[in-house]
Amino acid sequence: MAAYLVRRVLLMISLLLILSVAVFLLFNMLPGDPARLTCGKSCTEAVIEQNRQRLGYDDPPLTQYVKFMSGIFTGRVFSPESPEPIVCAAPCLGYSFNRHEQVLSLIVRAAPVTFWLAIGAFIIWIAVGVSLGIFAALRRGRWPDRLVLGVSLIGYSLPSFFFGLLLMFFVVIQWQWLPYPSYVSPFEDPVGFLQTMILPWIVLAILYAAFYMRLTRNQVLEVFNDDFVRTARAKGLPERTVVVKHALRAGLTPIVTAAGLDLAGLLGGAIISENIFNLPGLGALSVESITNSDLPLITGITLLTASLIIVANFIVDLLYAVVDPRVRLV
Amino acid sequence: MVGRSLRQIVWARLRRDKVAMLCLFIVTFMYAVAIFGPFIGGFFGLDPYKLDTATISDLGGRPVLPNGGISPQHPLGVEWGTGRDIFAQLIFGLRISLVIATSATFITVVLGTVIGIVAGYTGGLTDTLMGRLMDLILAFPFLLIILALSGVLTQRLTNLGVPEGNPSRILYLILVFSVFGWPYLARIVRGQVLSLREREFVEAAVAMGARRRRILFSEILPNLWAPILVYATLTLPAYIGLEAAVSFLGVGVLPPETTFGAMLANSVNYMNVVPTYLFIPGTVLVVLVVSFNLFGDAVRDALDPKAIH
Repeated sequence: MAAYLVRRVLLMISLLLILSVAVFLLFNMLPGDPARLTCGKSCTEAVIEQNRQRLGYDDPPLTQYVKFMSGIFTGRVFSPESPEPIVCAAPCLGYSFNRHEQVLSLIVRAAPVTFWLAIGAFIIWIAVGVSLGIFAALRRGRWPDRLVLGVSLIGYSLPSFFFGLLLMFFVVIQWQWLPYPSYVSPFEDPVGFLQTMILPWIVLAILYAAFYMRLTRNQVLEVFNDDFVRTARAKGLPERTVVVKHALRAGLTPIVTAAGLDLAGLLGGAIISENIFNLPGLGALSVESITNSDLPLITGITLLTASLIIVANFIVDLLYAVVDPRVRLV
Repeated sequence: MVGRSLRQIVWARLRRDKVAMLCLFIVTFMYAVAIFGPFIGGFFGLDPYKLDTATISDLGGRPVLPNGGISPQHPLGVEWGTGRDIFAQLIFGLRISLVIATSATFITVVLGTVIGIVAGYTGGLTDTLMGRLMDLILAFPFLLIILALSGVLTQRLTNLGVPEGNPSRILYLILVFSVFGWPYLARIVRGQVLSLREREFVEAAVAMGARRRRILFSEILPNLWAPILVYATLTLPAYIGLEAAVSFLGVGVLPPETTFGAMLANSVNYMNVVPTYLFIPGTVLVVLVVSFNLFGDAVRDALDPKAIH
């Protein structure tokens, strides 16, 4: 167990390192002058040159990478010689010259929106998806099963942005059941918060729930064929115990994996839903940063989002052992 | 009793499935429309680029007739501001959507299959490195990357000699979908190869001194058609949706060309006045994707009727 843990942590760290190199190369080494992008259209060569030095874009790539990475752990100072140096304390993900703000503080400001969006949708899709999946599996081949499968197929065939636009059109514009979405914190205005979030939650939840219904159903059916379930039945355990304690516990492992990774992916920002429902989360922030060619911000968000997935991968692997008694970590 | 090949068996099973046949018809019809529609439509004066300013008002460019200007000349209405025919745009847009989704699926399948087979059969360091590469690619927020790299990489394709503008943009989408799509299939294929390579027929081929390429692609590959076919039929609709989603976000073909996503993105500006802009391309998109998915499911059932799904 300890050896497994150490190996898994080392693997995760090496993946994170490779990831940082990949993200860095992808965005910083592409053609185009990042220094030129730091100031708008009315820009003089002198300002560009000054920004290039301040941001360290005149350094060789390796130096830039080392500076970037050490900034995450020890913080860094941009343009130390100038009269107003920009101090970026650890963990420093960079500085957006476009917005004159640290990348991390921009991310921290947008993160709660995405967090609430992801968590709310997650709860709905797990509750709906897993319970309907089990329900369908227990009635295999009969009409409730077919209904669930049909709903699931339509759910994942419906492009989420089209479904989102449909909801916007009917619920907000046509019937005016809800006001036009504008984000407020749940602690300031709980009602307004729910009114804003309910539609994006539904859109995201339906997309994922459709997939989880199938996954759960297939998983449960597969486990029902396993020997240990037959044994449990043969022992004369009540059907309820067989389903809940034996079959579900073993069948849920892949669902835990999928759920962990999907939640992590969503926490990095739901670009389409945030776009349609006017939510100022990480997805909206990343789209804005792309529109403004704000390289430090794009790099920061991508690195953070991808790291989330890698860390989630690690946690999910550990959870395996907890959920499924058959898994031994060696 | 005559022996039947797997293809005959699968086809016979599919023929019995009415839903699958209907979906196959819809899908074939859509491809036919995408391929021949623009030629045939041309004879009837179907032109997605022709501005018909008579159908829109002088102020603001709103279609004069209700429901987005639906009339005998323009059965699905006209575009706001230009008066271009929506029906013609749909047919031309369908062509671009299908070109992108079909080519991207093809490249994804080739990449995923080859890499999956090689990684699974070779094992060892190659397998480990491929596995890590897949982990890395799957960790990337690909929608974000598609948006972020579109400007620079489209330009780079243009510099490499691809015609400027939409051809470069279309090729970019095809390539970027493939690059982020192959690991899923490669994982499936690798898993299958791991068990296939222990089978007797592979051992026999090795003992006979067959070359590696022969073992990989003549001995092992034919056993993988079922999962590959199923994966391809389910990836294609996913790419149609993805293409619509990224063009909705502004990466994709530029006017006067259009796709479902571009039409839907455009509809947002007018949907409280002209909801047909939202409904028409959206409905066609959903019908197309649902048909593909249902057909993919049916193919999977036909290939493996005992499997649980």
